[in-house]
Amino acid sequence: MSGLDQIFVQLKHWLLAQGDGILSESAIVSLLLSIVPVLVIFPTLFAVMTWMERKGLGRMQNRYGPNRVGPFGWLQPAADGIKALIKEDIVPRAADRVGHLLAPVLLVMVAFTVYAVLPFGRNMVVVDLDSGLLFFFAVGAVAELAVFMAGWSSRNKYALLGAMRAVAQMISYEIPLVLATLPVVMITGTLSLPQMVLAQSPTPGWSLDWFVFTPWGAAGFVLFLIAASAEANRCPFDLPEGESEIIAGYFIEYSGFKFALFFLAEYLSLFAISGLGVTLFLGGWNAPYVTWEFIPSWLWFFLKLIAVLALFIWTRGTLPRLRQDQLMNFAWKFMLPMALINIVTAALWHWVSGAFTRWLVCSALVLGSYWLLGRGLMQGRQLSKRTYRFAE
Amino acid sequence: MLGEGIIKGMVETARNFLGSYVRDDRLTTVEYPEERAPQIENARQFPFLVYDGDDWHEGMRCVACQICEKECPPKCIYIVKSKDKKPDYKGQAQFYPAVFDIDVSVCMSCQICVEVCPFEAIKMDTDYEWSATDRFGKLLVHKQQLARPNSHYQKLHPTDAAVSDAALARELAKAQAKAKAAVEAKAAAESKPCPPAVSPPTKTD
Repeated sequence: MSGLDQIFVQLKHWLLAQGDGILSESAIVSLLLSIVPVLVIFPTLFAVMTWMERKGLGRMQNRYGPNRVGPFGWLQPAADGIKALIKEDIVPRAADRVGHLLAPVLLVMVAFTVYAVLPFGRNMVVVDLDSGLLFFFAVGAVAELAVFMAGWSSRNKYALLGAMRAVAQMISYEIPLVLATLPVVMITGTLSLPQMVLAQSPTPGWSLDWFVFTPWGAAGFVLFLIAASAEANRCPFDLPEGESEIIAGYFIEYSGFKFALFFLAEYLSLFAISGLGVTLFLGGWNAPYVTWEFIPSWLWFFLKLIAVLALFIWTRGTLPRLRQDQLMNFAWKFMLPMALINIVTAALWHWVSGAFTRWLVCSALVLGSYWLLGRGLMQGRQLSKRTYRFAE
Repeated sequence: MLGEGIIKGMVETARNFLGSYVRDDRLTTVEYPEERAPQIENARQFPFLVYDGDDWHEGMRCVACQICEKECPPKCIYIVKSKDKKPDYKGQAQFYPAVFDIDVSVCMSCQICVEVCPFEAIKMDTDYEWSATDRFGKLLVHKQQLARPNSHYQKLHPTDAAVSDAALARELAKAQAKAKAAVEAKAAAESKPCPPAVSPPTKTD
């Protein structure tokens, strides 16, 4: 383990030791030293992510993406931020001014709060709660309230429609999201996220010990990613925003920096939920092999996080938006039963003895149920190229 | 099976993403101010007035017949006929436009002025960057700004220019033959006593 691995932890201890130990007496200073980096790094990641996303989407659509501001468009996020700051902040006359102001603030607050329990590296977690996972979902659910506040207080039918869609979607997908994480809780026997990361520590040799490399982990990870993109209102589940249908959904009446705050909150919650996915299924800050531990743990975490974010960008560039009925059908007829079956699979993984047997049983269960549920969802419909009677 | 289409789509976008770094057909953007997409030969944007030779005023083919002004659907052409005459390419005395203005902001690039012109005098340019800072002063284009040499036309539309040049050459040859015939007839008339032969040249066309 290199010295780089603990460099931030040691930096914090060194800072606390300054001033003859006065600083270390105060819990607030210690907390601030943990919180401020989070408040700095993740908005920075937001800037990098918007750049990555616009460039990536551009390339997927056979165009360049932003390339005017700075080399390769690097300064585009700065330009966007300045633009948002100097724009006029318009509040509709009929709007509920208090709710209208509070909604984006609350949303950003929620998005930041969930970072408290995410382990970013070895010994790098703001608070090591015993029930970290529960805290994550409990606080994350407040986002629905903030979204509905925004939609309701705007007094605009599109905003309200968007908020209704958002609440329906987020509640529907919260269930598969939580159920997809349950197998990890069952196998590790803890709700603490650092403990879950430790449970995936690499063993000497070339075996991969992340949960995603088990049948229930792979299925859980895919379910988690789908539900996470629905929770974060990402494409193809961006019905609450639906630019082409309800213009911008619940933040249609927002302008200037409040609008930027919505975007910030959206991306922050995406990073948080991706970080949770990394922690639960991709081994958190663990290196895949013991021999690769010379790369610091926090770098592993961020590399995995960016890989997951790239996957989100990739799906956004590929999939069209779902329809409301497709969204609900998918949640209740596929995601939920699949997540329940996955819990049974995890139980079998725990009880069946013999590596080969349990791999066979669990894979068969996951793949078979996937195939059957998929058939049920398709309902014997043959998808083919659409033909038009009068057009063409 | 469920998810098959998603995989196919993901493969396609991945091919677009990676291919955009190596292949031109996966990155079709033309970065406009720095580079321009080539125009086809029949591209047309805005009319110009053709002149022969080096002097734009002397060589201007337009005879101010005002057909284009009358035919122009949005009425963006404004012509004032001259009081005096100047010789055209055949040496024939013709009127010329004292004023010839076209309003860029009104022109719709229909090319009807070109179709109706009997003198091959007005043709379409391919320049599309006509933005100006003054809406009334700079977007009303005057005679001198509209004048372009025939070589410009030959460069822009080689096929059409060849047809146009051939037609003009035919006209010129016809006029020369007629003049020659007139000279011969005159010579014949002088050799034989005859009634007055050729009527004075009338304004034709």
